Amino acid sequence: MSTASTDTAMISTVSRARKPGLVSRYAADMAFMAFVALLMAFLYVPIWVLIIFSFNDSRTLTWPLSGFTLDWYGTLFSNQDLLAAIGNSFYVATSATILTLIVGIPAAMAINKFQFPGKALFRRLILLPITLPGIVTGISMLNMFRLFGFNLSLETVILGHATALLSVVVTQVYSRLQRLPRSLDEASADLGAKGWQTFLYVTLPNLKTAIIGAALLSFVLSFDEIPVTFFLTGRENTLPMYIYSTMRRGVTPEINAVGTLIVLASLVLIVISVIMSREANRSRQSL
Amino acid sequence: MASIIELNDIRKVYGGVIVGVDHVSMSVEDGEFVTLLGPSGCGKSTLLRMIGGFEQPTAGQIVLAGRDVTYEPPHKRDVNMVFQDYALFPHMTVGENISYGLRMMGLPRSETRSKAVEALDLVGLPEKIDQKPHELSGGQRQRIALARAIVRNPKVLLLDEPLSALDANLREQMQVELKHMHEKVGITFIMVTHDQTEALVMSDRVIVMEKGRVAQDGTPAELYDHPETPYVANFIGTTNFLPARVLSRDGGSVVVEAGGTRIIAEVGGALPEGEHIRIGIRPEKLHFAESGASGPGNTLEGRIEEQIYYGLGMRTVVRLAEGSTVLVDGLLPEAVARTTLPEIGSNVRLSIAPHNVRVFAAEN
Repeated sequence: MSTASTDTAMISTVSRARKPGLVSRYAADMAFMAFVALLMAFLYVPIWVLIIFSFNDSRTLTWPLSGFTLDWYGTLFSNQDLLAAIGNSFYVATSATILTLIVGIPAAMAINKFQFPGKALFRRLILLPITLPGIVTGISMLNMFRLFGFNLSLETVILGHATALLSVVVTQVYSRLQRLPRSLDEASADLGAKGWQTFLYVTLPNLKTAIIGAALLSFVLSFDEIPVTFFLTGRENTLPMYIYSTMRRGVTPEINAVGTLIVLASLVLIVISVIMSREANRSRQSL
Repeated sequence: MASIIELNDIRKVYGGVIVGVDHVSMSVEDGEFVTLLGPSGCGKSTLLRMIGGFEQPTAGQIVLAGRDVTYEPPHKRDVNMVFQDYALFPHMTVGENISYGLRMMGLPRSETRSKAVEALDLVGLPEKIDQKPHELSGGQRQRIALARAIVRNPKVLLLDEPLSALDANLREQMQVELKHMHEKVGITFIMVTHDQTEALVMSDRVIVMEKGRVAQDGTPAELYDHPETPYVANFIGTTNFLPARVLSRDGGSVVVEAGGTRIIAEVGGALPEGEHIRIGIRPEKLHFAESGASGPGNTLEGRIEEQIYYGLGMRTVVRLAEGSTVLVDGLLPEAVARTTLPEIGSNVRLSIAPHNVRVFAAEN
């Protein structure tokens, strides 16, 4: 009795609401679209400004644009300091990424595989650097290197970055490992594989996309890192540090050109990581 | 036949307190199909995993083909396992999955491929060789897992609830297929299941487990017709239990008082008069007796309380005169023929032959 009456009540509301519903829904959609457009503008207009001014043939960054030029890209490639900084950044980011992978992958596997006393603490300690401000990591590592009498150089920067990024790699790899059924390892052993063979033929291929994703992320984070680098670098500088130091004399069009190139490179990396994660999703359906 | 695997007094204790497997000894003959049957937590999977080498017993010994393998790692044992979730490698094709175990043996790639093709033929999926596991259905994955395990021609094949992930129809079909596979390849199969039908249909021998111990070990027919304990009687099939008291003994049979009447049971062994016991009767061994007629055997009187139709037959709940209820199973043709008799509320007489009455110790 009561269900029947609520049913009819519902039907009548639906039919009454249909006509104004369409209009109000349209309005709501429009409002939402406007909000999204605003958000996108907030996120991307600065980048477009950067890109546009990198092709503007005036030294000053003022509106209106005066003309199109590729000169700034030319001066960029003849600026030895800038090129050295780019080279240093690649060296630091690549090394830090490799180092953090070498340490992070086994750490993630240990957390996943073994039960040991203090495991929860170990996990938190590894994940801590992600929440620590870079400035703290920077100062503390600076103190440590001083204490041990290390000279500051790009290598100390690499160590600093690898430490800060370890949590990124461990989190990514560990979460993938948790989704892998333990029976895969057991099946591999059951079929006659030794520990290293299981790692090489079963575990690693299933971690591949997670590792690549973590590596890309680490690389990008290391590439534009300033706080840790600020404290740990010696005479040589990385690209963000170089940009920062030249900015004191005002934004130059070369910097815009460098920025544009970085945006382009990031775009390529993003596309790669999206393709990778899509592949990972597809193969994960089978689990 | 020689025994291919022997477990001697196996014990598994977790954390020093929780007993998973308790003094289990068993021996499996070469080529046998043995099933470990029991509810979850009875230790059957642990036992299987110990044979596979994924867990080590706290005490006891596992002998495989005359060699002590108790503490050998899985990759050094000549046994293979079909995992409950199949554990197919998601990044490899079906062919690569099957060849994996052969590659680990050091066989050249050409040979592994041809053996994989053979194994796929055996499970009836030769066209799937280049597909990935996620492109296959549950039943197909199950067959691939089977092919991957038997391609190494192990001494013993372990099956951990191999059919539990399949739906009912497919499960029934795979039961028969697995049994045929066992006959074809001649490898010893040890299966774990909680499904009694599966165990009865497929196995040469069933080992029923209860709380880490072996409750009974026998052929499916032995277990069904001569369960040694109420636990087994209830776990395999359904049994009506009635409290009873021994009235007298006469040679190979005993007269007890149960369900408000005198019942004769054919049993061996000593039973002192006046002893409180339990009798067990299978629902399908009870028959509706013609009213008034009192033939040979035992007769129970009661009233029909409920009838449950399940397609193949009819299950009738009968409340006996003294208050307890019994289940009576009849195949449908019979039940249909008697629609005039068993109506809800009507009084019925049930007959049971003395050799179908089992005697158990009283519940304490």
